[in-house]
Amino acid sequence: MVLLQRQRYLIDYTLSALYRHKGKNLGLLLVYTLIVFLLASVMLFTQSLRQEAARTLQNAPEIIVQRMVAGRHALIPADYLEKMGRLRGVSERHGRLWGYFYDPVVKANYTLMAADHKQLGERDIAIGAGVARARGLEIGDRLSLRSSRGEPTSFRIREILHPDTELLSADLILLPSATFRSFFGIANNLFTDLALTVRNPAETRKIAEKLTLRLPDTRPILREEILRTYDAIFNWRQGIVFVLLSSALMAFVIFAWDKASGLSAEEKREIGILKAIGWDSNDILAMKLWEGAVVSVTAFLLGYLLAYLHVFHASAELFSSVLKGWATLYPQFKPIPAIDGLQIATLFFFTVFPYTVATIIPVWRAAVSDPDTVMR
Amino acid sequence: MRKSTTFLLLIAVLTIALLLSILDAGMRRTQTADRLVMEAQLVAGLELTDLVISTEARYTRHWSQADYHAAFQDYPSALEHFPAGSLLPPPARLY
Repeated sequence: MVLLQRQRYLIDYTLSALYRHKGKNLGLLLVYTLIVFLLASVMLFTQSLRQEAARTLQNAPEIIVQRMVAGRHALIPADYLEKMGRLRGVSERHGRLWGYFYDPVVKANYTLMAADHKQLGERDIAIGAGVARARGLEIGDRLSLRSSRGEPTSFRIREILHPDTELLSADLILLPSATFRSFFGIANNLFTDLALTVRNPAETRKIAEKLTLRLPDTRPILREEILRTYDAIFNWRQGIVFVLLSSALMAFVIFAWDKASGLSAEEKREIGILKAIGWDSNDILAMKLWEGAVVSVTAFLLGYLLAYLHVFHASAELFSSVLKGWATLYPQFKPIPAIDGLQIATLFFFTVFPYTVATIIPVWRAAVSDPDTVMR
Repeated sequence: MRKSTTFLLLIAVLTIALLLSILDAGMRRTQTADRLVMEAQLVAGLELTDLVISTEARYTRHWSQADYHAAFQDYPSALEHFPAGSLLPPPARLY
């Protein structure tokens, strides 16, 4: 109890000392909070996107087979499905039809995809919510696109994909495969790529090896590679934002270090007086430790909470464009919180610990010196 | 009120807010569970491979399906002109 009271008196004194230089200390708190806010926002947003990508793309095809011609992705003949022969472990194989269409009206790229399971009529399409927004379309409206022969082709909107799936469907236009082929002028014996379903995921790598031997002009893309790609992309983007922030971070480190580690003559005098009136070195160290902790813990809590509100209640407006990407067709979605305790602990350690330690070292030097020398 | 009381109250309020944010995160995850199911069904049904996060070029729309030499794929060492491309990581062997 005595110990607790003692610490409370020390906090009282520390707060009074901070209040004496309120302008300077409030400025420090503000900048400190801003730095934590920026770092935490990037961290929370990237983690959320990374998790959502990992969870949804878990259902992507196990193996995609692309044909490469002169180093570029080319259409793959349907007979490659037979040419690949019997592959143990592959339960299903079929061709996919998809491609891009540049719409000069809104200067946006759409992804057109054959989706026969939707059972759309010959001139019916299902569109992503992003396309509907960009072109101001509703169910029953007509969308006219210029086919590969240069003829305007009118489609009727039969379905708008659920807006909750925008992260995966914003730019999609789904249509029957026969319509897709006639629109792009693709022969019946060609596909964009092939999708293979593998019963046992442990076998995918072996199957991919066999595929590259049997079909040397193809490239298999495994689901695990897709997942790795997204993990790498978000790590990279988080890194890039941190690099961009690093100049601000360095400025803050210099400022905080200067403020925390360099004792002014006034502070030295204060320590001397405290010692002269009976404070021992431990009290002075504890008081300074509290000073560092008051500023850094408050800044950490404020910064983290603001970052949480910014990312999950304001859809990370400040840097969503950098982390998500940007284009005319832009998915609107709310990030799903994916909070990683270890990441918060790391952020806490790297924001609170260095500042608190920086305040202690010079004070320790002054506190162990003779009060008379310190005051002179 | 003593200054230390005010400060400790402030820290207590902020800590409670932090705990509430974790609770809020859990609730939001539960609320968005349907969305994840819907997204997973869409991915499985349409056999999607990529997120719609940059639609400006084919290699940024479908990152995982892009050619080996993306993003510099117009010709060797062509300078990138799409903003998202410059945010793609280089091949792992280069760094």
